[in-house]
Amino acid sequence: MQLEIRGLTKRFGTFTANDAIDLVVEPGEIHCLLGENGAGKTTLMNMLYGLVDSDEGEILLDGEPVTFRSPGDAIDAGIGMVHQHFMLVPVFTVAENVMLGREQASLGVLQRSKAAARVTELSEQYGLAVQPDALVGALPVGVQQRVEIIKALSNEARILILDEPTAVLTPQETDELMDIMRSLRDNGTSIIFITHKLREVKAVGDKITVIRRGKVVGTAKPTVSEAELAEMMVGRAVSLRVDKGESDLGEVVFAANDVTVVDDRGVTVVNQVSLDVRSGEILALCGVQGNGQTELIKSFLGLLKPAEGSIALSGDDISRHGPRESLRDGIGFVPEDRKHDGFVGSFTVAENLVLDLYRDPPFSSGLSLSLAEIDRNAEDRIVEFDIRTQSSSTPVESLSGGNQQKVVVARELSRELKLLIASQPTRGLDVGSIEFVHKRIVGARDAGAAVIIVSTELDEVFSLADRIAVMCNGRVVDVVDPGISREDIGLLMAGAEREMQTHG
Amino acid sequence: MGEPEQEPGAGTDEADSGADEPDAGTDESGVEPDERTQPRAKTWIESVLPTVQVSFASIVLALIVGAVLIMVSNDHVVSTWGYFFADPWGAVTTATSAVWDSYKALFSGAFGSSAAFGGTLGKATPLIFGGLGVSLAFRVGLFNIGAQGQLFFGAICAGYVGFTWNLPPVVHLLAAVVAGIIGGAIWGGVVGVLKARTGAHEVIVTIMLNYVALGILRWLLLTNPFQIPGSNNPQSPYVDDNALYPHAGGYNLGFVVALLAAGLVWWLLGRSTLGFEMRAVGANPDAARTAGMSISKAYILAMLIAGALAGLAGTQQVLGHRDPLTDGIAGSIGFDSITVALLGRASPFGTVVAALLFGALQSGGIQMQAATNTPLTLTTVLQALIVLFIAAPALVRSILRVRARADAGGVLAKGWNG
Repeated sequence: MQLEIRGLTKRFGTFTANDAIDLVVEPGEIHCLLGENGAGKTTLMNMLYGLVDSDEGEILLDGEPVTFRSPGDAIDAGIGMVHQHFMLVPVFTVAENVMLGREQASLGVLQRSKAAARVTELSEQYGLAVQPDALVGALPVGVQQRVEIIKALSNEARILILDEPTAVLTPQETDELMDIMRSLRDNGTSIIFITHKLREVKAVGDKITVIRRGKVVGTAKPTVSEAELAEMMVGRAVSLRVDKGESDLGEVVFAANDVTVVDDRGVTVVNQVSLDVRSGEILALCGVQGNGQTELIKSFLGLLKPAEGSIALSGDDISRHGPRESLRDGIGFVPEDRKHDGFVGSFTVAENLVLDLYRDPPFSSGLSLSLAEIDRNAEDRIVEFDIRTQSSSTPVESLSGGNQQKVVVARELSRELKLLIASQPTRGLDVGSIEFVHKRIVGARDAGAAVIIVSTELDEVFSLADRIAVMCNGRVVDVVDPGISREDIGLLMAGAEREMQTHG
Repeated sequence: MGEPEQEPGAGTDEADSGADEPDAGTDESGVEPDERTQPRAKTWIESVLPTVQVSFASIVLALIVGAVLIMVSNDHVVSTWGYFFADPWGAVTTATSAVWDSYKALFSGAFGSSAAFGGTLGKATPLIFGGLGVSLAFRVGLFNIGAQGQLFFGAICAGYVGFTWNLPPVVHLLAAVVAGIIGGAIWGGVVGVLKARTGAHEVIVTIMLNYVALGILRWLLLTNPFQIPGSNNPQSPYVDDNALYPHAGGYNLGFVVALLAAGLVWWLLGRSTLGFEMRAVGANPDAARTAGMSISKAYILAMLIAGALAGLAGTQQVLGHRDPLTDGIAGSIGFDSITVALLGRASPFGTVVAALLFGALQSGGIQMQAATNTPLTLTTVLQALIVLFIAAPALVRSILRVRARADAGGVLAKGWNG
């Protein structure tokens, strides 16, 4: 089935999210939609999937104009979508999830066997290995994604939209997904692959359309270089490599010894982790999301109290400290999910820039805030970190994700640090902002801070780290040199023990 | 098929209802405007204007609905409409004059004379205190339904000092007021401690403590120190003259104290480190904790201060005029305070304005009933209607075809949804 989009436009108030988008997806083609966050990719796909009405333009399937009032219309027309966050019921089996919404019953009794047979049939046809009677909640993320794809295929989808599907996958799972995509394409299904990862686009795409600021800025063949694609995406030349000199190692600033963290449910989420970081060194904690990295760094700041073990900063034990003491002692903390606990959305840029600094002079004296100092600090930081905001009194929630992150990073780097902990420092950022944040992190290292980075993006880990600690199931499986291959680190992330240890 | 996680603001609701919310900018994860497309920075006036518009429109709409009620409840008007076709003009003029007379009486009862204005201020004063207490807690993310109970406790303590102690002028008043503040603060602080230490929901705790406070008051009124010697009525002795707020010509010093309290709350919230912490905890407790703030401290402190403010409302009830302490001392002030805080958008200035409006309605309503036979309950209905319209800003906008604003009414919607 051929999909054509002609002059599709969507405005939100005065803001044009999509401006006269033209796009043709031929049958049996993997069409990559590449663009920065906020470029309008998702809005476009939401129009295509019937979630948002368009203001102008039309959608044609095999030359026939169609209008989708709801996702149901789109599904009936043969369009399937796999969302970034899965829409599955964890306590149902794979087969039950697949038949959800179109349950077949005879005399009021669900016919599970039919659904199971359909799952088996589809999984064999496209090489999507899945057990139909497995509980979805017990499956790894990569397999859950396959269930979503099978669900779409069982709806006879001829065009499959995959919205940032690799964000949650290990490198191996990503490779498997790409094989599945190729197999689907060879069976005649068109795939629209939304991403901002250049490597993946080049690996799997047949055609690439680049969107910037709501407009199609060009199409490309997958043979073009990553640098060219990045330039199209951002609108200027960007450096994809981090300029990083040799690290100038100093004393051990931070040492964690046998740290164990038990969560509210009594599950041991961090299991006897020992790490040390020297001044002038970047240690990357890498692993598939949900393997204890989040809890580990929370225990470093004092947001979680370790059940066992000790944490030392410059030789002083801080394992009983709360966040306030830890921040005071010189730990900078960029949390994993900035919206959740990195900033207060309704607070202004100026207020957020002193969110953990307001207690001390010059920002306050006694009980009274020094608004003039807070404003002046904001003006300085806005210039220094190139925060794109209307003014220092704009609420942070109305900034773009990249600029919100710059606010958080600017705040944490605006005082002298012994240790910087940055979790997913560039999640959801565009190429240009990533470049900037990386430079700043390396800058903090070069200024003598010890740095711990938590990242699920291997590219980021490889370009920043001086040493890499790989976590799986709450344990540090190994600490390796950044020279390790992608394959090897993928195996470690999946929990494989390594025979040859190469402690860095 | 579920809602997409991405771009909720670009979801189907707005698109279907045809409201063109320019929410691209405030959208959480969605379309992120760049510098070119963002409108220029709003001035202060522009940012509060939508709120003021909706509030003002709500008042006008409430008055219009009130006008209909006046006509329907007026026997004379109803009878002329019975022969509408014989004399349509007469029916219309009778109806409009009934409405006009009622509202005129309402207005002159509130502002028409110095005494009337004094009455309005008198009614507004406890509402300002109570409304400030609710507003403050609200900004810290707590829905304080307990102004009534805190007011009772403040009144009990202030009254006890007022009618049992014997102190010189000024000192006696100060002692009684401080007692009222402490009483209210204790009653509010209990809520903060329970919330911070045990996670008890403040709405449930405050509602229950309202009953407990009323129960304690009723029991006290049966005990010796709280009864007029030789009487068995559940009514306290009169407060000593030294403990009364100074008043002259119907005007009472309590109102000035209320304005000072509003200024203090404004400073606390906007200009102090404590207020910074409290607002951060109210808006995003997780971010506040990560930034090293103590959520417990913010909750406890907020409820202590909120209780103290409601306690001040209690002092106004026992020390503002020579009335004894009874179990009807609070009237519906504690609950009207919630309405006042919501109408004032949880800001100190807004709370003062809203309390003055309610004070005017209550004070003017009495004259309206006396002069035109329009029942006093109409003012209660008007209060309720105003809040109803404000709580549904989308309704007001659709009635008035005002351009939709994402920010108007935000505080309210958030509050009620918990």
